[in-house]
Amino acid sequence: MSARNSDSWTLRVRQAMDRHLPMDHLLPDRQPYYVGSWVYVFGVITIAALAWVIVSGVVLSFFGPQWWHDSSVGRFFNSLHFWSVQLFFIFMVLHLWGQYFMAGWRNGRAATWMIGVVIFGISILTAFTGYLSQQNFDAQFIALNAKDAMNGAGIGAFFNVLNFGQMYGLHVMLLPIGVTFLVVAHIVMVRARGVVKPIDPEGARP
Amino acid sequence: MKSMGQTQEEYYRGVRMVPYDLLKELVLAMAGVGVLAILVAAFLSSPDVAPVTIANWSQADPVDFVTTATGELAGTTTSAGYGAPYNTTPDAFQSWGPIAPQAWFGVRIPIDSANAYVIDPLKHASFTNSTLAASLTQWQAATPDQQAAWLDAYTTALADATVKDGNVTVASGDYGPLTLMMSNLLGVAQTGGLDGLLAINGRFYQTDYTQPLLFMGDGGYFDGLAANEHLSGDLWGMMNETGTYPGQTWLWLYTMWYQVPPFTSDTGFLGLNAGNADLGIIILMTVLTFLLALVPFIPILRDIPRWLPIHRLIWRAYYAPNGQAPGRPTSVKPLGSSVPPAP
Repeated sequence: MSARNSDSWTLRVRQAMDRHLPMDHLLPDRQPYYVGSWVYVFGVITIAALAWVIVSGVVLSFFGPQWWHDSSVGRFFNSLHFWSVQLFFIFMVLHLWGQYFMAGWRNGRAATWMIGVVIFGISILTAFTGYLSQQNFDAQFIALNAKDAMNGAGIGAFFNVLNFGQMYGLHVMLLPIGVTFLVVAHIVMVRARGVVKPIDPEGARP
Repeated sequence: MKSMGQTQEEYYRGVRMVPYDLLKELVLAMAGVGVLAILVAAFLSSPDVAPVTIANWSQADPVDFVTTATGELAGTTTSAGYGAPYNTTPDAFQSWGPIAPQAWFGVRIPIDSANAYVIDPLKHASFTNSTLAASLTQWQAATPDQQAAWLDAYTTALADATVKDGNVTVASGDYGPLTLMMSNLLGVAQTGGLDGLLAINGRFYQTDYTQPLLFMGDGGYFDGLAANEHLSGDLWGMMNETGTYPGQTWLWLYTMWYQVPPFTSDTGFLGLNAGNADLGIIILMTVLTFLLALVPFIPILRDIPRWLPIHRLIWRAYYAPNGQAPGRPTSVKPLGSSVPPAP
């Protein structure tokens, strides 16, 4: 390596990635045998549901917020979005409980747990803005009720649930980007450190 | 990857490693979840009860509409006296001790209920209506005491109002120009004009429905519809969705606090009560969220998984003698010892 190259930010980032996240950690073809437990499925099906949420959401956002009220195809994609979100939350909560009872934060994985909790929180906010963006009676009702909670906490001064444009913009742009970015970070952290070992020693009897 | 001073290889030393196809698992998961979501979407659809308009409201319940509009003019409705962020009603904010963010941020979405919902729309309507214009002039020229007297009398009379052909009729009395003003406002609303005026609000493009939603929220008609759809606050409110569809069930914990003391109590506990429930519950949920995030560092909370035997069910194969308990019947199933442990 030349002296000039040693000052290269690009080279340093690449070397750091090689050191901290080699490809055989990012895409391993072997795992500890205890990963055969069904509980590990909750994580991947949460990601799968999120993918369907994003796919159906992209279609809905392409045609605009009015489309699904007047089109049977649009209604189907809205239904797909609606149910994918329900599945996403069911799977995510199962994943959260699974990781809790596995104490998945052990051995240097606390940050992975914490980012997971942040993803959970932002997902709730994303879904909330989605329900506010439905442009139907539910959206009106939720907005009128939620405003008191937001205003009482001072949040309503900046986050106006009665403002469809603000809620829709947050729902289709900023919040999904936040969730997706953090999910990628969460997965990379899991892959970088590997899955945590079981709590008790192998073969330990109750 | 270094982990607590260990590489991943060091961490897994002695642990039997088995072939595992992550991408195949992801693709299968996407296919399975996709089929499930598509089937449920196709067979169960999704809720879409049409939104309520001010035209719907004024046609279905003219008395409620006129009563609400009169309240806006009198400044007695919820939104008229709401306080921040809509207006400057004194002491109309929630606080807990020195914590009063609603007051700190002040009026950021100003709404003058009397002008926004009654006077300004009538000014538009009076453009080609000289009788209405004269009534407005009379109203605005009257003293506050005179206006209050007319409003009191008209509000009282509205309790016994009748409806005929969509018009509201009250007993004879001294209401000043109010009868004509409200009759015109009702007419504008019933034709959909008020929806347009409040939504457009002097602009062409707009996506902010704060004014019309607050106006409808002040009336009793909207709440009645919500109650019919089992959406009322005592039924856990915005966690629900119309029909039998699941709503935001993940808000159950947040919504639950509104159903239990001290947030249902006038006296409360430690200064938290029904009067500052919105603020108190947001603070409580924020604290609980931080606690959840910090579980790895909180004794007892972080130890519970070790005390409970649930992890032994999760890792049955690991805890079984010789790892004989069954795992998943897929490519991730343990494949025996043919694969050597990591070096």
